Amino acid sequence: MALKMADFKTDVHNDWCPGCGDFGIVNAIQMALAEMGLERDKTAIFSGIGCSGKTSHYINTYGVHTLHGRVLTFAQGAKIANPEMTIVAVGGDGDGLGIGAGHFVAAGRRNVNMTYIIFDNGVYGLTKGQASPTLKLGEQTKSLPSPNTNYNVNPIGLAVASGFTFVARGYSYDVRHLKDLIIQAVNHKGLSFLDVLQPCPTYNDLNTRDWYAGTDLMDEAQKRHSRIYKLEDHGYDPVVHFNEEAEVNERLTQALIKSLEWGNKIPTGVFYKNEIITPYTVRLRDKVPNYLENPPAKQNISKNGISNTDISHILDSLEV
Amino acid sequence: MSSVDFTWLIGGPQGSGVESGANIFSRVCAEMGYQVFGKREFYSNIKGEHSYFAVRISDQKIHSNVNDVTLMASFDAETIFRHYDEVISGGGIIYDSALEDVTTDKVHTLDAPFRERLHKELESKNKPFSIAGVLEIAKEKGVKLFPVSFKAILEALAEETENPRLKGLVRMFNVIGVSLSLGLVKMPPDSLQKTIGTIFSKKQEIAKINQQTANYSYNYATAKFDEFNYSLTGIQKEPGTLLVQGFQGTALGKMACGCRVQPYYPITPASDESVFLESNEILEIIDDRPGSTAVIQTEDEICAMGMTIGSALTGTRSATCTSGPGFALMTEMLGWAGINEVPVVITNYQRSGPSTGLPTRHGQDDLLFSVFAGHGDFPKIVYASGDVEESFYDTGNVFNYADVFQVPVIHLMDKFIASSVVTCKRFDPSKITINRGKLLDKVEDGYERFAFTEDGISPRSRLGIDNGIFWDTGDESDEKGHITEDPILRVKMMDKRMSRLDLILQEIPDVEKVVSFGIEDYTVITWGSSKGPIIDAIEMLKKEGISIGLVQIKLLHPFPGEYVASLLKDAKTIIDVEANHSAQLGKLFKQNVQRDIDYSILKYTGRAMTSTEVYDSLKKIVENKANKREVLMHGA
Repeated sequence: MALKMADFKTDVHNDWCPGCGDFGIVNAIQMALAEMGLERDKTAIFSGIGCSGKTSHYINTYGVHTLHGRVLTFAQGAKIANPEMTIVAVGGDGDGLGIGAGHFVAAGRRNVNMTYIIFDNGVYGLTKGQASPTLKLGEQTKSLPSPNTNYNVNPIGLAVASGFTFVARGYSYDVRHLKDLIIQAVNHKGLSFLDVLQPCPTYNDLNTRDWYAGTDLMDEAQKRHSRIYKLEDHGYDPVVHFNEEAEVNERLTQALIKSLEWGNKIPTGVFYKNEIITPYTVRLRDKVPNYLENPPAKQNISKNGISNTDISHILDSLEV
Repeated sequence: MSSVDFTWLIGGPQGSGVESGANIFSRVCAEMGYQVFGKREFYSNIKGEHSYFAVRISDQKIHSNVNDVTLMASFDAETIFRHYDEVISGGGIIYDSALEDVTTDKVHTLDAPFRERLHKELESKNKPFSIAGVLEIAKEKGVKLFPVSFKAILEALAEETENPRLKGLVRMFNVIGVSLSLGLVKMPPDSLQKTIGTIFSKKQEIAKINQQTANYSYNYATAKFDEFNYSLTGIQKEPGTLLVQGFQGTALGKMACGCRVQPYYPITPASDESVFLESNEILEIIDDRPGSTAVIQTEDEICAMGMTIGSALTGTRSATCTSGPGFALMTEMLGWAGINEVPVVITNYQRSGPSTGLPTRHGQDDLLFSVFAGHGDFPKIVYASGDVEESFYDTGNVFNYADVFQVPVIHLMDKFIASSVVTCKRFDPSKITINRGKLLDKVEDGYERFAFTEDGISPRSRLGIDNGIFWDTGDESDEKGHITEDPILRVKMMDKRMSRLDLILQEIPDVEKVVSFGIEDYTVITWGSSKGPIIDAIEMLKKEGISIGLVQIKLLHPFPGEYVASLLKDAKTIIDVEANHSAQLGKLFKQNVQRDIDYSILKYTGRAMTSTEVYDSLKKIVENKANKREVLMHGA
C-alpha cells in the first residue's frame, strides 16, 4: 500500500519558530519520500545539531540525530554497512560547512550513494544568531555585535570542487520545486548535495523571505521581482553526458561560475550532475565481488553461537 | 639440562632491511623449534634513523626481552655505538670491518644527548671516539669480535655467481648479517634457505639472489670465524606453533568474531592492524558464501568513529583501531555511543603521550584517559590484553560484551605488543563464541528502542528491519528515542543506563576479569603488556627461592574492586608495575580497593620493560632496598 505524506509525519511537537524556513524543507522531504514510494523501514534520516538537527524526530522513518558537524560520518557508515537503505542526511550550514567542513570535502571524494541537505540560513540559530559560514563578509545580522569578519563559503562551489556528483540548490518557500529536487537527489547514483536557502525569521534579518522575494527591488511598474530563479527555466544543462575531459571540465566550470551568482539574481535547480563517476558502494564491489548481495549488515557471522569464519589458511601461513 | 637463552640484535638505518633480516632470523629459529620473543624499536622517521630488532630465543616459553645481548650483527656504525655495551662477556659482535675508523662525528643521526653520554664513557676509559674505541671496550669486557668485510663478501659472491650486479648491492647487507650469525651459531643451513624461499615466494629472482648470498655468508662464517661459545642446532618443534606479529591477534580475532566494518585513520602503531584486515578483506565462511570486512580509510579519527557507530546501528559488528591521539578525537562520539547504547569496539594500541609524545615508542599511557573518556556519565567497558595470544580470544569477548551490554568497549593494546614478533600456540577459532545479546532479527508492532526492562537492557532493533523504527539522539530521550528534558524521565533513563555497570561486574566471569598467577606475601598487580616481563622476572626469582605473586587485571572499567580485594587479602605487600609515569592502575586500585600500593615499578622511557630490570627492582623490594617508586631506564 502506497504511503501518503502524512505517514511520514511523527506526533512529536515541532518547536521551530513560527515562520521558520525549516518547515518547508521537512514538508518537502516528507512529500518526496511519499511520492517516491519509499518504505519507512528502509529509509533513514540522519541529522546534525542545531534547529535542523531536530528534523529526524519529525519524520517517521529511522531517525538518527547525531553530533555537530558529524552527520555525514554516521550516515556513510550506515550506508556502507547496509547499502539497501535509502539515506538522507540533513544539517545546518554551520554544522556542515563550519565544524563539519572536513567531512564535507572527504564525503565528496568518497561519493557514497546518499543525499545531503544543508539548511542554509547564514546564522547559528539555536545559539542565538552568531555568524555562520555562509554569511557574507561585512554583513551584520541582528544579534551580531559587529559586522562579520569572515569571508563566506560557497557551498555549491565547494561541493563541486570536492567531488559531489549531484549538486543543486533549492528554496524552502518553494516546496514543490524543492520536493522535485529532493527526488532527483535521492534517485541520483552517488552522493547528492542540496543547498537549501532557508530564511531564519528570528536571527537573519538580512536574507529574509521578503528579501528573497525581492520586495526591496520592486518598482512601481513591477509587481514582483523575485531574486530566486530556476536554472532549468533558462536552458541550463547540468549533466556530464560523456566521459571526456573537455565535457567534464565544461560542466564543472559552468557550475562554478553559476555558483558565484548572488545578489539580485540567485539561481536554484541542478548545477551539476555526473553519474559517470562510480559511487563508493560500486568501488567496494570492485574489491569484494559479492559486497552488494552480501553486505556487512546481511552477513551471517556465527553457527550455533560459534564463529563461522574460516581463518585457517591465514593461520597456516603463520604456522612454523 | 642446559637451557638456551640467547638474544640476537640487528640494527641499521631505517629502510635498510633490519626488519626483514629479523624476520628471517626469527622464522629460522621458530622453524628449528625455539621459542621466539622479538621486539622492534624504531624512530618516527621513514629512512635513515636508527632502528633495531632484538630477538630473544629460548627452549622454554618466554614472555619478554632481557637486557643482555648474546650476539649482535651490525652493518652500520650507529648500531655499534648504541648497542656495544649490551653485549655480554662471552657474547659476540659481527661487524663490517670497513667501519672501524668511523668516528662519532661522522654519524649524523647520533643525537646530542646520546653522543655526550658516549663521549663521557669513552673519555673515562681513555678510548678514541670511534668504532675502534667502543670495540676495544667490548673486547676488554670479554666480547668476541668477528670483523668481516661485507663489501668483500659481495664482490666474491658476484664473481662466484657471475653476477656483477651483486657487487654494489648493499641491500644484501641484512641477509649477510643474518647468515653470518646463523653460520656462527651452527644453525642447520637448510632452514635458512627454506625460510628465504618462503618469505620471497612471490619473487623468484629475489629469492634466488638472497639464497645465494645467504649460502655464501653462512659458509664464510663456518669457515673463517673463530669458535663461538654458543650454538643453536635446533630442538624438537612444538606442533601448532605460530610466529605472529603483535597486531595480528586483534585482527584475526576481529575476522573470527564477525567484525565486518572497520573504518580507521592511519596512526602508528595501530594502522598495521587495519592494513592486515584489508589485505584479508574477503573471508571464507563455513557452509556459506564468502563474507567480507569493509575496511575504510577515513579523513580523520572522528569520521572513523562516526562511521563505526553508523555501521553498528545496522546491526553489523563494527570497530575502529587507533592510538592515543586518535582516541582523543573520538571521545565526543564515545559519549554518543554511550547515551544511544550502541555496541562498538575501539581497539587502542597505546603509545607514549602526551600529545604526539614518542610516536613510535611504547607506553601504557591511556588507562585513566580511557576510563574517564567522554563528558558526562555513561556506561562503557575498558578491557586490556596482556599479549598477542590473549588478544585474539579477548577480541571475541569484547565484541560479546559490547553486544550483550550495549555499550562501547575500549580494548587497550599497546606498541610493545604491536611491534613484537613472537611464537605462540595456534589460535583456536572454535573457542570464539558469538553472543549478540538482545539484538533483534524481527520486531513486533509498538517497538520502543529504549524501553525500560527488568535488567535495564532494551531489545535492540537495527536500521532497515520491518517495524523496527527507532530514533537516536545525543540529547536525553524517551523510550522511543525522541528528545526529552523531563526531569523524572531523565533520572529514569540515566539510572537505566548506569545500572549496566553493576550488571557488567555481575555477568562477566571472574576469569575474564582478572588473571591470578598466584598470591604471595609480595604480590604484583599489573595490566596489559607489562605482564610478560613480570612473569619472566618472577620465574627468575623463583629459581632463587623467592616467591612473588601476580594479578593481571583485564577488566579495568567497571573496576572489579571487591573481587580484586578478596584475591589480594593475603598479600602483605602490593607492587604495582606498569609503563607510565603516574602509576595509573595504582590510582584506580586505590580508588576501588581502598588499599594503598606499597611499591610502584614504572617505566616511561618509551621502551618496553625487560624482565631483567623488573627482576632487579623486585629483588630490591624483597631485600628492602627499593624506593617506593622504582623507575626503569633500560634500552636504546
